[in-house]
Amino acid sequence: MSWGLEIVKAVGLTIAVFTFLAVVAAMLGVLLERKIGGWIQSRLGPKHVGPQGLLQTVADTIKLLQKEHIAPRAADTAIFNTAPLIVAVAGLLDWIVIPFGPNLIVRDLNIGVVFFAAMASLTVVGILVGGFASNNKYSLLGGLRSASQMISYELPLATALIAVAMQAGTLSTLGIVNAQAQRGWFVFLQFPAFVIFLIAATAEVNRVPFDLPEAESELVAGYFSEYTGMRFALFQLGEYAEMFAMAAMATTLFLGGWRGPILPPVIWFLLKMYLIVFLLMWTRWTFPRLRLDQLLNLSWKLLLPAGLIWILITGFFITFF
Amino acid sequence: MGELAAFIILSAITLASAVVVVTSGNIVRSALSLVPTFLGVTGLYILLQAEFVAGIQVLIYAGAITVLILFVIMLTEGGTGLRVRQTNEQVPLSILAAAVLAVLLVGVLAQAPWPRAAELLPQYTASGIGEALLTNLVLVFEVTSLVLLVALMGAIIVARRER
Repeated sequence: MSWGLEIVKAVGLTIAVFTFLAVVAAMLGVLLERKIGGWIQSRLGPKHVGPQGLLQTVADTIKLLQKEHIAPRAADTAIFNTAPLIVAVAGLLDWIVIPFGPNLIVRDLNIGVVFFAAMASLTVVGILVGGFASNNKYSLLGGLRSASQMISYELPLATALIAVAMQAGTLSTLGIVNAQAQRGWFVFLQFPAFVIFLIAATAEVNRVPFDLPEAESELVAGYFSEYTGMRFALFQLGEYAEMFAMAAMATTLFLGGWRGPILPPVIWFLLKMYLIVFLLMWTRWTFPRLRLDQLLNLSWKLLLPAGLIWILITGFFITFF
Repeated sequence: MGELAAFIILSAITLASAVVVVTSGNIVRSALSLVPTFLGVTGLYILLQAEFVAGIQVLIYAGAITVLILFVIMLTEGGTGLRVRQTNEQVPLSILAAAVLAVLLVGVLAQAPWPRAAELLPQYTASGIGEALLTNLVLVFEVTSLVLLVALMGAIIVARRER
């Protein structure tokens, strides 16, 4: 194995994944969000740029690219400028272990699930220091809320991942998809884990009803209040990349990954992923925001014990059946 | 060749950010510099083919511990972290102490015989670690969890008393 070739391959794949994310996740995701939001609230949503408003996000992106980058006067500039990069790169790294098809995976790590959880946990560093470096009390509050929330929900998320890994007998994402070919989709076998994963994933990506870090009615925009132009767009990109990564991981872990009849694997994968994304958006536009104490209680008093008990039950079934 | 280059780059990242951790006047920057330090160490673990340890390192240290430290700083220092004095006047003394320790360590490590593992490394370390923790090392494992439980309860009691 030549190292030069490996580096070229890594750079090429990074560009490929980044382009995929920017187009499929961020641009289409934002459009989808606005369209679905409009549909749920009996509005039309974006309609004027391009046919049926299809080019709205492209126009928005071009606008953001042209905008001036403003750093607040008393901000910690170095950290302020780095924070969006941490969020975007962490969101990007999640995708290394997502299998789009039998051979369409950047790298099938044998610790795939652990890697995914680790990269997802890096996002919070970017959000926290972004909120800190803005030198703005609303940003700081948003960052702190985000930290407490994401740390709390990492644990239920991990319990769900552990239960699935136990059932499949492997940590590799490819191995988990193959295990589901024999035992049926884990959404049936591991239904409690599926529910815990979805709730925790929604909280991890800071979406309604868990969007306290950026609650616009209390905190302006939370941790990215002070960000403008492309750095703001990077935060958005990271957030959507993370959300789509969670949807892709749910597909891989619980919905049989790319497997399905007739249609090619990639189409099946994208269909299932967008189904989960739709579910997340549906939740966003129909539920009100939780209070901070409700949010923490849900994680520590309900989801975490439920997850631990479910691990116990899974272990029991694996041992005796 | 590639492995050596990777080792040098990872060590440089680890050491450079570790120096920032120690010397920076701003405690938040120190805490934030822990992230590249931990990630560099993670890379070294991967070079040693301990990929499970590497994953856990990112999850626990870079993801959780750093955030915990930042969280504590922001809650206690009014969110700025600038009021805490980070350095004192004993820099020359500590450089001397560090240099002596380094000479001693290099001396000892250069003389120590390093036996190589007889068999090949296992392909999949996660299950090996799990098995070891629940068979030969079960006592250590249980005692560690007990210590963590006590720490958790202690934290709750300390926090409650302040009310």
